[in-house]
Amino acid sequence: MAEVIMEESKLQVFIGGVTHYFTQNDASNVVIGTPYLAENCSPAAFDFTGIIGIAGPTRGCVYFSAPRALLRHLLLSMGEMETTEDNMIDLVGEVANTISGNARREYGPEFLISVPVMMRGAPDAIFLPRKLRSYVIPVYWKAYNAAVVICLQ
Amino acid sequence: MHKLMIVDDSNILRRKIERMHDKEQFQLVATAANGREALTRFKKAKPHVVTMDITMPEMDGIACISALIEEDSDVNILVISALSDKATGIKALQQGARGFLCKPFTESELTDALIEIMEP
Repeated sequence: MAEVIMEESKLQVFIGGVTHYFTQNDASNVVIGTPYLAENCSPAAFDFTGIIGIAGPTRGCVYFSAPRALLRHLLLSMGEMETTEDNMIDLVGEVANTISGNARREYGPEFLISVPVMMRGAPDAIFLPRKLRSYVIPVYWKAYNAAVVICLQ
Repeated sequence: MHKLMIVDDSNILRRKIERMHDKEQFQLVATAANGREALTRFKKAKPHVVTMDITMPEMDGIACISALIEEDSDVNILVISALSDKATGIKALQQGARGFLCKPFTESELTDALIEIMEP
């Protein structure tokens, strides 16, 4: 599987997507850190992760991973008072789904996205081939860190 | 009062639409987490308006729109999806949806989109 060096404009689509998600949900002042390449053998991950599988000419996955505290605070910002674990897990899936879906504006309809798969911690090797590397986009909001990770071929 | 059904596989999205919709104009009568569930609940609740996600397990939104239109050609369907390419919007409209709202959305965007699809 060949690794893709992403053009800046393509990476920008995901940066714009995560910024837009927070802003539209009354969670402004999100700060995006400098994206970097990370080895998949030690993937970036927090408490909960929502993964979207990508098929078509571009294949791989996009995931959003965040700690409990960020997810609880984001749910409250959205007006969701039930900050249960189920809703936190639902939220990581929804953020990943929204960022990936919005990326079709740049990639087009052949960028086929799966329904979200949610898990605790880091995605396993099925989603993230350990020989490859991923782009990690750090997300800082209030006192919390999260990450959008893109592994596409 | 227009009867409203919300179809989305995300619980927090269903609850968000439930909180945000204009309760003076719309009365929530059913929710569903996928297209198949939506079909069953549609027949019982007979809503006038449906908000419809696209990417869902079991039966996706595009297939569900066709089935709902077959059941009731007068139903007003607003697609609410993260799939932001033009082709998806056109496909949804061709199947019979009356409007498209891209996720993530604000309360005023939802209100405007619902009002717009109810206009004759």
